[in-house]
This record gives sequence, structure tokens and C-alpha cells, in this order.
Amino acid sequence: MSTTANVTANTKVKKMKSDSLWRSAFRRLRKNKMAMLGFFILIFMFLFSFIGPYLSPYLDAKISVRDANKPPSAEHWLGTDKLGRDMLLRLMEAGRISLLVGIVATSIIVIIGGTIGALAGFYGKWVDTLFMRFADIMYAIPTLPILITLGAIFSDLKVPPDSRIYYVMFIIGIISWMGLARLVRSQILSLKEQEFMLANEVLGIRDRRKIFRHLLPNTIPIIIVSATLWVANAILLESALSYLGLGVIPPTPSWGQMLSTANNMIDFKMRPWLWIPPGVCILLTVVSINFIGDGLRDALDPKQKR
Amino acid sequence: MANTLLEFRNLKTYFYTEAGVVKAVNDVSFSIREGETVCVVGESGCGKSITAMSLMRLIPSPPGKIEGGEILYQGKDLLKLKDGEMRMLRGNEISMIFQEPMTSLNPVLKIGEQIMEPLIEHKFLSKREARQKAIELIEQVGIPRAAEIVDAYPHELSGGMRQRIMIAIALSCDPKLLIADEPTTALDVTIQAQILDLLRRLKQERNMSLMLITHDLGVVAEMADYVVVMYAGKVIEQAPVKEIFKNPRHPYTKGLLKAKPIIGQRTTRLYNIPGMVPNPIGLGDNCHFSDRCEHCMEICLTKQPQLKEDANGSKVACWLYEGEGA
Repeated sequence: MSTTANVTANTKVKKMKSDSLWRSAFRRLRKNKMAMLGFFILIFMFLFSFIGPYLSPYLDAKISVRDANKPPSAEHWLGTDKLGRDMLLRLMEAGRISLLVGIVATSIIVIIGGTIGALAGFYGKWVDTLFMRFADIMYAIPTLPILITLGAIFSDLKVPPDSRIYYVMFIIGIISWMGLARLVRSQILSLKEQEFMLANEVLGIRDRRKIFRHLLPNTIPIIIVSATLWVANAILLESALSYLGLGVIPPTPSWGQMLSTANNMIDFKMRPWLWIPPGVCILLTVVSINFIGDGLRDALDPKQKR
Repeated sequence: MANTLLEFRNLKTYFYTEAGVVKAVNDVSFSIREGETVCVVGESGCGKSITAMSLMRLIPSPPGKIEGGEILYQGKDLLKLKDGEMRMLRGNEISMIFQEPMTSLNPVLKIGEQIMEPLIEHKFLSKREARQKAIELIEQVGIPRAAEIVDAYPHELSGGMRQRIMIAIALSCDPKLLIADEPTTALDVTIQAQILDLLRRLKQERNMSLMLITHDLGVVAEMADYVVVMYAGKVIEQAPVKEIFKNPRHPYTKGLLKAKPIIGQRTTRLYNIPGMVPNPIGLGDNCHFSDRCEHCMEICLTKQPQLKEDANGSKVACWLYEGEGA
């Protein structure tokens, strides 16, 4: 009798401590097998890309034409490319760039989209009209043509390859914040009518605090979900750009750019080790991020609480 | 006698709807003295809450508009203040709590963070000082384990506890006036009594004024020093609490008191005032209560009675008492 009482008391204490919004969402996420699988694949991808290169014996290797276009072997697990570079190492280094592009571009999208959406939703009236019509205009511009134009401009301006990748991140960011801005705006519109916002008004809290401390945190679940999906999108967009020769240019590798080196018939037919691994990496990363995003959407859905 | 803290003078708040103009608050005047509890009573839609919202300058505009009158707080007209000055008063000198404790707290912020906010905003405390003060406040509103509750989220607390937290937040900056808009309506009876006790205790400790909006005459009897009865946007009677209960004058007030169940007296059916609250759109020049009034006279149908003070210090707006007193 007393032991059961003890047990219930114990669980109660535990619950009291652990039941924040985030923890309970995380608990639900852990039950989602696909999301957890995606999570582990993604972690593996990060370790592979960021730590993997240091374990490679070819880190300081020079280009050697003698070893060019070798198929997978014991020394070169994934073979070598036409300059004799180890494909596994290149795949890892390309992963850094691709993941970085995904994350940085998404951060830019979240910052721009979140701020504009919050301001438009909170102030309404002309501020709303201004920002949202601007978003409509941005929406109306087709993505690829503008990227191709910008890519051509970069080539003409002879932007050095190293910094070119940052421009790519930035451009992906500023041409795709609109969806998130609309999402955040619609959330804020309904949130600001909630009673706790009236309570804030009565307490004389200033607008900045109301937006950034009270309203935006309430939209974080939605922002997270759409951001994860944007990471995947940005990686794909960067791959597309690089494949078209507009994104990252050699010698900097990225998965998309590695794919594009296999754009001739000989490489495509005779040397599949050049293009299958980067393709698989893109596929795995994007699919696992999408699984995580899906899982997060379910886990953070307030309607199915507990 | 204590000084007047707040005075409504001929306040008029109208709402412009498609169907017509709603005179939600029509020529309301009364005052609140320092340390006094004033109860505003009346049935739903009589303008109690709108009066309070006008005071806080939170009337949604459009469709609402404060058409006239003054709200004097320590001699300053609140309606003429700039938005920034008004913001500094809100939560700092005048605070308010609402009916719904369940939705009045932000679900994603910890309790402590929400109590700290007005302290940081108005009293310029550092985070550490504010947190310390928050723990003290949680203790003062009678919640045990304050040090743990600071880090709890709103959904972990019950309705009564949340209302206590709302009170803690409202009182964090030691306001001179607290407006409580039906603070106990959403709570069950035992918790109601506790919350009212708490309000009364805190009010006495701080010599704060309390404007209590309610439709529960039991609450009025327990809490009020002075009572303002509103009907259809107008004050129809105002008097010290004892006077209202012992010697109600306006037929509406009498009706309200008769409609209240008395413990120990079994009646088959409670009294109810005949008729319905009039449609607030297009009210005429008659006494708005005339069509429900047992004592309706000819003059009631053509002219509106004015609020007149009588010998006992209570004020009533009714033709029955015309010519008495003043």
C-alpha cells in the first residue's frame, strides 16, 4: 500500500520536473521510428562530413594523374576522380559544403521570414500590406531563372570560388523567405487575439518584448517544422545550381557539383563511382531531414497532447 | 476621508456597428478613493467591463471610441495621455486581472519569466533581483514551493493557482489601483473564497484601491466599500455597501437583491426581474429600465432620470425619488 503511494508520488515529482513543452514533444518524437532513423542518419552524415576527413589518409594528398579514374579498391574505397583525388575524402568535404549551405540558407530564411512575418502580423494595417505585397512580388519571380542570372553575374564578376559559396547561401536565403513569412504572419494574427496578449497590454509591456518574447516563441513549433524542410530544399537547390555550373565551382566540392562532373556519357556509363555516392548522400540527407520534419510536426502538434 | 484616486466624469464609450451605435458606456461618473474597494455590478452587457477597458484605454478602435468625458487619475486625464505615458502607467500604477486565468498566461514562458517582465519593464530591476522578487510574490499570493513554481510552465498549474499567479503579476509593481474583471467567475466556489480573501488581504497590506467588476452580489457584500450599479450603460445607483443592501432604492437594485437566494429560506422559485435587457442599439430618451419596472410612471417613458444625491450620501437615478433629498 505504502509502496504504491510512494511510486505514484515519485512519478509525480518526475513529471513536475520534466513536463515542459519541449520535453513532452521530444518524448513523442522518440516514439516515431522514421524520425529517429532520419535523426541517426543525419547525425552520421554530420560526423561523416565534419570529422571524417581527418581520418582519411589522403587529406594532404596531391593531385596525381597516375591514379586518375581508378575504380573502388582497398586503397580508394570509392575510387578516384579524373584528377586522381580520393572520392571518399571528396565526398566528405563536399558534405561539409552541402550541409553548411542547407543550414546557413535556412537560418537566413528563418531570420528574414520570421521577422517580416512577425512584424506584418503584429502591426497589421499598412505594415502588413507593405511586407506581404513585397512577398507576393518575390513569389512571382521564378526561382531558377533568377538563380541562373545571378550565377552568370557571379561568373562575370569573377567572384573567387571560396567566397562564392557564401553568396549562394545568401541568395538561396533571400529568394525563399516568403513562405515562412506568410506562415509566421498567419500564426501571429491568431495569437495576438489571445487573452494573454491582452494581459500583456494591460501590464504595459513594450511592443518589441511582446513580439519577440511572447509571440515568436509560440510560433517556434511551426518555424522548426518548416525550417527542417527548408534545409532539405536548400541542399537540393544548391545541388541543382552546382549541377548547372552556377553554384559552387571546382575545386570546392559539393554533392551537387560532384554530380555535375559526371555529365558526360563516358563517366556516366563507365565510372558510376563518380556519381552514385554523392547522389546517395543527397538522397539520404534530404529524406532523413524530411522524416525528422514530419516527425517534429506530429510531435509539436498541440492537438494530440500526451 | 481619503483622497480621490480615480474619477470617471461623464465617460461615454460608443461602438459603431453596422446595425447602429451602441452606447456601451453612456455618461458614467463615479470615483474611487485611495484604499477603497469599489464594486461595479450589473448584468451582462451593461457596460461594466467596457468602463474598465476605457480606463485602461484598451477599447478596440474601430469599432469602439471614447466619445466624451474624462478619466482623472490623480488629477491627470488618462484619455489625454500619450501612448508611451499610458504604457508606463499600465501594470505599474494601474493593473488589471481577468476572468479567464486559464488563457491569461503565455503557455510557452515559465511562470517566473512572466512575473519578472513588468518588474524589468517598469522598475528596471536586473534579472536576478526580478527573479528574487518573483519568488517573494509567489509566496505572498499563497502558493507553496515558490522556488519550484518559478520554473514551472502555466499548464502545470491549476486554475486557482494560475489566478493567484495573475494576481502576483498584476501586483508586482505595487500598483495603486487594481482592476479585477470578474476574477472569480471561472473558478469553483471554494477557490473563489480563497482568491477573494487573498485580494482583500493584499489590498489592505498595500493600501491599494480595488475596482471589482462582478455580477455576484455575494462577492459585493463580502468585498465592497462602495457599490456602483449599472444598467444599459448607465449608473443607476451608487452608494456605500451597507446602504445598498439595507436600503436599496432603485427598483432594479431591489430586483437584483430579491433575485438572490438566501441560505436557509426555501422558496420554490427565485424572483426574477420581468422582461429582458433592452437592445443596446437605438435606446430612446426614456428611462431604460422603464419597460421592466413595477413602478413605471408616465414621466419614465419620456424622460431620463438623472443621478441625484440624497441625504444618506447615496445616489440614485429614478423618478420615484425626484424631489426628495436635494
